[in-house]
Amino acid sequence: MSSRDFVRSLPGGGLGTRQRLLQIHLDPLLLLVLLCVIGYGLVVLYSALDRNLTLFTNQVMRMLLALGTMLVAAQLHPRFYMRWSPLVYTGGFLMLVLVLLIGTEVKGSQRWLDLPGLPRFQPSEVMKIAVPMMVAWYFHERPLPPSLKDTLVALAIIFAPAACIVLQPDLGTGILVAGAGLAVVLLAGISWKWLGYALLAAAVAAPGMWLYGLKDYQRQRILTLFDPESDPLGAGWNIIQSTTAIGSGGVFGKGLFQGTQSHLDFLPESHTDFIIAVIGEELGLVGIVSLLTLYLLLIARGLYIAMNASHSYERLLAGALTITFFVYAFVNVAMVSGLLPVVGVPLPLVSYGGTSAITLLTSFGMIMAVRTHKGW
Amino acid sequence: MSPALPLKDSSRERQVFSARVLLVLVLAVALMGTLVLRMVQLQVWEYEAYQTRSDENRIQVQPLAPPRGLIYDRNGELLADNRAVSSLNVVQERVQDMPALLEHIATLVSVTPEDLASFESRLKRTRRPFEPVALKLNLSEEEVARLAVHRHELAGIEITTQLVRHYPFDGLFAHSVGSVRRITEEDLQRLDPVQYSATRFVGKRGVERFYETSLHGEVGYQQVEIDAHGRVRQVLNIRPPVAGENITLQLDSRLQIAATAALGERRGAVVAMDPRSGGVLAMVSNPSYDPNLFVMGMSDAQYRELSTSRKTPLFNRAVNGQYAPGSTFKPVVGLAALASGVTNWTEAIEDRGWFKLPGQDRIYRDWSWTVGNSGGQGHVDLHRAIYRSANVFFYDLATRMDIDDLARFARQFGLGSNVAVDIADASDGLVPDRIWKRGAKGEIWYPGDSVNMGIGQGNLLVTPLQLATMASAIANRGHPVRPRMLLSSDQPLVESDPPLPLPAIAGPTPDDWERMVDAMEDVVHRGNQGYGGNGTAWYYIGRDIAYRMAGKSGTAQVVEIRQGEEYDAEELDEYNRKHAWFIAFAPADDPVIAVSVLVENGGGGSAVAAPVAREVLDAYLQPQLAAR
Repeated sequence: MSSRDFVRSLPGGGLGTRQRLLQIHLDPLLLLVLLCVIGYGLVVLYSALDRNLTLFTNQVMRMLLALGTMLVAAQLHPRFYMRWSPLVYTGGFLMLVLVLLIGTEVKGSQRWLDLPGLPRFQPSEVMKIAVPMMVAWYFHERPLPPSLKDTLVALAIIFAPAACIVLQPDLGTGILVAGAGLAVVLLAGISWKWLGYALLAAAVAAPGMWLYGLKDYQRQRILTLFDPESDPLGAGWNIIQSTTAIGSGGVFGKGLFQGTQSHLDFLPESHTDFIIAVIGEELGLVGIVSLLTLYLLLIARGLYIAMNASHSYERLLAGALTITFFVYAFVNVAMVSGLLPVVGVPLPLVSYGGTSAITLLTSFGMIMAVRTHKGW
Repeated sequence: MSPALPLKDSSRERQVFSARVLLVLVLAVALMGTLVLRMVQLQVWEYEAYQTRSDENRIQVQPLAPPRGLIYDRNGELLADNRAVSSLNVVQERVQDMPALLEHIATLVSVTPEDLASFESRLKRTRRPFEPVALKLNLSEEEVARLAVHRHELAGIEITTQLVRHYPFDGLFAHSVGSVRRITEEDLQRLDPVQYSATRFVGKRGVERFYETSLHGEVGYQQVEIDAHGRVRQVLNIRPPVAGENITLQLDSRLQIAATAALGERRGAVVAMDPRSGGVLAMVSNPSYDPNLFVMGMSDAQYRELSTSRKTPLFNRAVNGQYAPGSTFKPVVGLAALASGVTNWTEAIEDRGWFKLPGQDRIYRDWSWTVGNSGGQGHVDLHRAIYRSANVFFYDLATRMDIDDLARFARQFGLGSNVAVDIADASDGLVPDRIWKRGAKGEIWYPGDSVNMGIGQGNLLVTPLQLATMASAIANRGHPVRPRMLLSSDQPLVESDPPLPLPAIAGPTPDDWERMVDAMEDVVHRGNQGYGGNGTAWYYIGRDIAYRMAGKSGTAQVVEIRQGEEYDAEELDEYNRKHAWFIAFAPADDPVIAVSVLVENGGGGSAVAAPVAREVLDAYLQPQLAAR
């Protein structure tokens, strides 16, 4: 089904609707799939919240707010983003440093900034967009594929804020921020040789990282991945319970609201980071594959838009934001199903909470901007 | 833009970008495929394993403790029931700051250092997560209320209520009904782990122990759906426990109260039996203890006091106290001599107050002996020897009998073994004979041993329960009965496998039995005959008695009095003074109650123990006499 076919079937649809959406700079296909994901997510969340209407309404309001920011983001010309890239990046980086110095500590890590007159927020969230913006800005006027020097500068741009975030400590967001920046470098056409060297260097550095770079609880999480039964009541508990939830769902699931793992509190974080396990338990393999298919559609559409953009900044930004989204989704599902260690990454557009939804929908707004604004 | 920058090759850039995007897309599809494959592994290939695990997670089988059977006395009075007690438990996983919580709790309820110490040790044991650990076991209603008010400040505490044993009469029946105690590691070795999976207490003494299986009942189960915190969300299936059997004992609480009052502060024991059935009507061992302390818990100091006191309140003198019977044994010696033809009712001796074995210097004294070998009871036959309790007559009888015959004869009265139906922990006592002496002391039986045994001294040992059994056998004119605690139960009990009735005592003729009872009646009733002619107990209990009682006093030596010295109670340490005994039954011609009384270190049996026996018999018979 092409986007055109679909739009025709919308109520009062036809070419008129599609045109009107494009006029307000929204990509109809992206919008449709996003609404599907958000709607699906809200249904599952309602179950995961044990039908708590107050919390559910909160989340609906947040999603509406996030869709609003997407609409705003889509209105701005990509040129505008390009010009502001250095400022946004520098501002975000300074705030990250500020967080490390005077941030508010919640649950043992210092992620929040409480500035007078502003709502409390996480600067690391801004960097998920600011870092790819900055790298794309840096590359846009330079010959691509990038030279070694340009690549090293880009890596500095990426790892300076990523390191700050890991120090908070927030490994999950750090990985996402670094991933977003590295996506730009990859898309810019870094040579395979250097990529090979980089992987080799990473492999060599890994034991050192293991010994000195990671905190005890992080090491424990990685060990747990390989043998959850070694500590079934401690670090292994989450993984045992989430795989049990998913596995016991079978092909068609136990039915919405019928998941025992989640409703009897066996599954920790069932409405936030581990919500995919609720989908797996209540809606089964069918439910998970449906969501992954929707995600893949978003990614394919994002990459398609990037490929067809006229300016290299646009291309790099749209491509990197799409890849970030993919990394988000992949890391979350892989960690809940026991393929990756547990890091704090929510399931995009489904997990309870507003921050990540706003960031993600803003980035989709920017992708839509790339799609709908003509001329450079 | 700076002109210094190299020119960008737009089309090549776009080419490279498109190639990379396609690569990313392929990679994304491949990785999503990996995730799908992982889900297929979990949800299709390994589905059953996870399904099972999920059910095991949420469905738990919880054992339900059965309510313990109630124990009644023969009048329907409750001797042991159950009552609900609340305990305070802590779920460690839900506590943020344990020291702060404990401190806060201590301001609301009294938590002793002992409570804290046992809480710490329970915490260290392996448990499943979110399992509540007991902190304080017996909360008062006020404490429960206070905790409820502050509930919101005390995250992680739980208050649970369960039924535990309660003894409404406190210490009154501690030694007869017995008591339950907390199940120990040692108990777990012998108890059925399934039946006792929810039970915290087990019968450790007396009736509670003997009828444990019936009183305990059968464990029940409930299949519950629980959450990860171990809280029950819903009960899926329930098999209720089967309550333990209610049992009714032979005990008569009014008689028990009378017997306890009669002993007063003195250390000792009273056992009262219905000689027709063997039913134990009263069983007192003094001092006693409050068995509720073992259920509700007590301080270390309290336990130390109970377990190390010289008065040994935990010791059941009635069935485990083993003492020389003293002169209460004389009727048995007399009947044995009659049975073996050694004497008859007319044979008499001249009693000068002392006895010597041929060829030996040692002097065996009568209780009427005084320094200088004066005293004595004059012309003494068997009848007079009983009511005057003349030692010399029995010294003489015993030396003329075969000691093994005497021992065999005595054992027919229930001495030397535990013949009780349902008092498993009663002591055997000891009836010495030649084989015993060779085995235990490596010596042959000396004539002197026979002399001592003739007056119930030496190595002969009996319990108050055995003397009540012996008194019953005499009351029944040679038909011994096994003592029993159980009167009835709603259902036949698994423990009810009664041993064969004791055989009638062989040897004495019916006339011998009647004459022996007559002699024992004279112990109580023969009076106004001058000092040397009265029964030994007449002065103390016989002057105003409204019914015919047969009795026999006894005074058991604790330490040996050296040759030629007089026994002087004043000079001896309290615990070295003689034990006072009295056995009795009434009405003498048709006995309905037999009793044995022991007063430890009490002195003379007639003066000290006989009034206790009289009070017990009065309490039992007077309502019956009044009714007539």
